Amino acid sequence: MSLWQTIFPYILSGISVGGQYALIAIGYTMVYGILRLINFAHGDVFMVAGLSMVYLAASLPLYLAIPVMIILTVALGFTIERVAYKPLRTAPRMSVMISAIGVSYLLQNLALYITGGLNKNYPEIPWISDKITIFGATTTRVTVITPFVTIALVLILVWVINHTKIGMAMRAVSKDFETAQLMGIKINNVISITFIIGSFLAAIGSMLFFTNYPGVVPTSGGMPGLKAFVAAVFGGIGSIPGAVIGAFIIGICESLIKGLDTILMSQGVIAEQIGFATFSDAFTFILLIIILVFKPMGLFGEKQTDKV
Amino acid sequence: MKRFVALGLVLCMMAAALVGCSSGSSSSEKTVKIGVFEPQSGDNGAGGKQEILGMQYALTKTPTVEIGGETYKVELVYADNASSNDKAPSAAQTLISGGVSVVLGSYGSGVSIAAGDTFSAAKVPAIGVTCTNPQVTSGCDVYYRICFLDPFQGTVLANFAKANGATKAYCLAKQGDDYSGGLCNYFIEAFGADNCVYEQFPADTSDFSTYVTNAQNQGCNVFFAPVSTEAAAQIIKKASAQSLGMPILAGDTWDSNVILEAAKGSDLDINVTTFYQEGANPEFDNGIKAWINSDATAKSNNGGNDELAAVTAMGYDAYYVALEAVKKAGTTDPAKVLEVLPSLEYTGVTGAIAFDEIGDAKRDSAFVKKCNTTTGVWDFVTEAKAQ
Repeated sequence: MSLWQTIFPYILSGISVGGQYALIAIGYTMVYGILRLINFAHGDVFMVAGLSMVYLAASLPLYLAIPVMIILTVALGFTIERVAYKPLRTAPRMSVMISAIGVSYLLQNLALYITGGLNKNYPEIPWISDKITIFGATTTRVTVITPFVTIALVLILVWVINHTKIGMAMRAVSKDFETAQLMGIKINNVISITFIIGSFLAAIGSMLFFTNYPGVVPTSGGMPGLKAFVAAVFGGIGSIPGAVIGAFIIGICESLIKGLDTILMSQGVIAEQIGFATFSDAFTFILLIIILVFKPMGLFGEKQTDKV
Repeated sequence: MKRFVALGLVLCMMAAALVGCSSGSSSSEKTVKIGVFEPQSGDNGAGGKQEILGMQYALTKTPTVEIGGETYKVELVYADNASSNDKAPSAAQTLISGGVSVVLGSYGSGVSIAAGDTFSAAKVPAIGVTCTNPQVTSGCDVYYRICFLDPFQGTVLANFAKANGATKAYCLAKQGDDYSGGLCNYFIEAFGADNCVYEQFPADTSDFSTYVTNAQNQGCNVFFAPVSTEAAAQIIKKASAQSLGMPILAGDTWDSNVILEAAKGSDLDINVTTFYQEGANPEFDNGIKAWINSDATAKSNNGGNDELAAVTAMGYDAYYVALEAVKKAGTTDPAKVLEVLPSLEYTGVTGAIAFDEIGDAKRDSAFVKKCNTTTGVWDFVTEAKAQ
């Protein structure tokens, strides 16, 4: 078996995982860019999006369930900001962060209460769940389209930020909160829009993620949320292209590490298993530490103008 | 003003907490309490709930017990160990403080091992229902169990794999999980370490596609993954999407309708070892199915249908073993119940139950079942004994 044939399936699943992390990471990075707040509840918004899809699809046809799920998720993101963060606008940043942690646990426990802690099977979305074969690797269609959907959404987002009025307002707010306010920018609207965009992307991300890995539990948002956060820091928190590239790097590395034993053995480099797969998560965080030691602002963190 | 609102809220919460504490029952009827130490959330939540179903059904059939000439009402006291080793001791402590005479559970060996010391210190006997790791009883003087053990199950599975022409096995366990890790080790021992590829996945993994690819690239011809049902559902989806091309083998946890549902409509070949084969006792099967169908909560805890899991049958037997124990002890005192357990014998729907000197059940057979992916039920394959 050639090296390419051995490695390709890993890269494929890595790109797909990376795309899903990217959609969540944008939510983290945008909120940080504007509010300087790490929104710990974001991973749980992603989980709630998955859960609401499970319940909606049980009673509504899919073409209705999907838009309703997206609207609900966006409404949730908006409400969280209005209820838990807005009253604390003038409070020390630490208080807002604690409030975010509180919201995160509230959502998890509500989900635990509603689901009874049981694994919920995500509904199958036709067409994207179909099996396809690409370059000799068999997989589902969603794996292949995830990176394209992600990149398309990011391009639209970047266009919005650079070429629309609200985008300009966002850039202004991220640059200087108070001055922007003095210049007549309605801060609260800008912040709400940021949360709406972040939640919308999390909703799309949850659809792609759970179609690929179809079990939703109250803690489903935990690991993907954490990895996406790492990706955002990795790429330079506040930078959208940074978050996306960081997410793809983390997804691909993670996937390759899990298969490293097999790849090396098939190439005859090692004769016995070493057990790299065990360290796939540890590796993600070691990578983060190394990058931050050499580039404290992350990969794309220096250019202040990119911040949103 | 704000300060008063905050103070008022805090007072309300404290009041609510106090009310919650004082809501104990105060009936004059004599009751014997049986602790149910099971996961109701987390990785093994689904399995734990199915095991509880068996006990609840048994309770509806036999709600009272004669102890020392008096009729006692049986009460099940629940504690959720959340499938987590660090929450297990406090859940165990809740049961002990609740004044239980004997404890049943848990589904999942890790939590039982973790709670062993707590039960031991309080001298409260515990009867494991489906925890198969040897350390549950070997490291604890108050733990007994009514199921077979992993060295036996691992050997049975390895023999089954060999008999079906497997030459190279891919073994997958969850990192830090006593059940899957232990079972994989016994399987590898019986199958031959040179012919096995052993890998572990970290907790909270949802992407199993790379492990499926690993198994394919290593040229394995059997996929052994005795993991929790939650991970199992993900593995099945990925195995099906990537055309795994080899049979999947697993232990007793996979005997669940979560697996049946996930595998339905795929072309996978899934075989599991388990404690009970539906049809072995039609009276019990029909009775519990009627009960599950009549109770909406029970039905949703069973995964929304009346497909019977072996753990439910085991839970049912465990309840009667506990009743036998308090009957024989003639008192609800846990220490006395503990004394009579070694000599206890009971024949339940899953077979005869007696304990050896370590506290393990003397069982020498397991059922092998195969998932029928078109009808979504388990088909009986064979009854396997260790050689």
